[in-house]
Amino acid sequence: MWAFIHKLGSPKWFYGISAKLQPWFWAAAALLIVTGSLWGLAFAPADYQQGNSFRIIYVHVPAAFLAQSIFIAMAVSGLVFMVWKIKVADMAAAVMAPLGAAMTFVALFSGAVWGVPTWGTWWMWDARLTSMLILLFLYLGVIALRGAFTSRDSASRAASVLAMVGVINIPIIKYSVDWWYTLHQPASFTLTSRPAMPTEMWLPLVIMVLGFYSFFIALTLMRTRSEILRREANKRWVQELVTGQAEEAR
Amino acid sequence: MAFDSFYEFLAMGGHAPYVWSAWGVTALLLITTVWHARVEQRQLLKGLKRRARRANSARGSTQ
Repeated sequence: MWAFIHKLGSPKWFYGISAKLQPWFWAAAALLIVTGSLWGLAFAPADYQQGNSFRIIYVHVPAAFLAQSIFIAMAVSGLVFMVWKIKVADMAAAVMAPLGAAMTFVALFSGAVWGVPTWGTWWMWDARLTSMLILLFLYLGVIALRGAFTSRDSASRAASVLAMVGVINIPIIKYSVDWWYTLHQPASFTLTSRPAMPTEMWLPLVIMVLGFYSFFIALTLMRTRSEILRREANKRWVQELVTGQAEEAR
Repeated sequence: MAFDSFYEFLAMGGHAPYVWSAWGVTALLLITTVWHARVEQRQLLKGLKRRARRANSARGSTQ
């Protein structure tokens, strides 16, 4: 177990293994997102109350899932970095933040646009919407904090602490629809019961969610590799790797 | 198919502005993210190669 963690923590090893894993996650992401989009946009039946505006669910829910999952992943990476000093964990946390912010924005934007025909308003200061907006600010805070230090180690530690503290917001987002009276409907999906939607409506949604998760994994692998090259530029193995490639190119 | 024609598909039963703007922003952000990651990777490798070449030629001239 410890040997595995140390291997995983080695940037060189991670650089190699992620190159092998990456194509599979890109392929899965492309296949799932294209299938889910066609199905959700053109083939799923219109909602009997909301008509075709309900098709926004196929981007809104996957984005909202990712927005929260990425923050948890960032907090866990921060913890791993702080406790075991594993640098790859910090690199992964650093590259996750912009995608998390983008997904939070997508969830907020698609929700606002969906709110106009459904609720008659694009924004309400209710618990779910407000806690999601706080999530966006937390992401922006983490990103800004990383840029605010001249020492990389201080920046990494500050960003890790903010991620670990900010993760408290995640259960607040999740339970906001139960704890407070909100406009937002409760979760459409739970692990314990069947969704209150016909199969041809929720199956494309499951496909989209899986596609978004694959996209997140693929992108994080790709960008962590870039971050490794950036931070380990002076290491021997990186220089050997680069000159080896340069010779191949010639 | 939930629609009878391509025009009806585009019209989304009168909800076109909502559906297409939400999907459009999502698609745009996903595509931009991938494009940015590719540019980042390519530029890093290019920079590292340039540095390695320079280090190589510096070593060559001192010999």
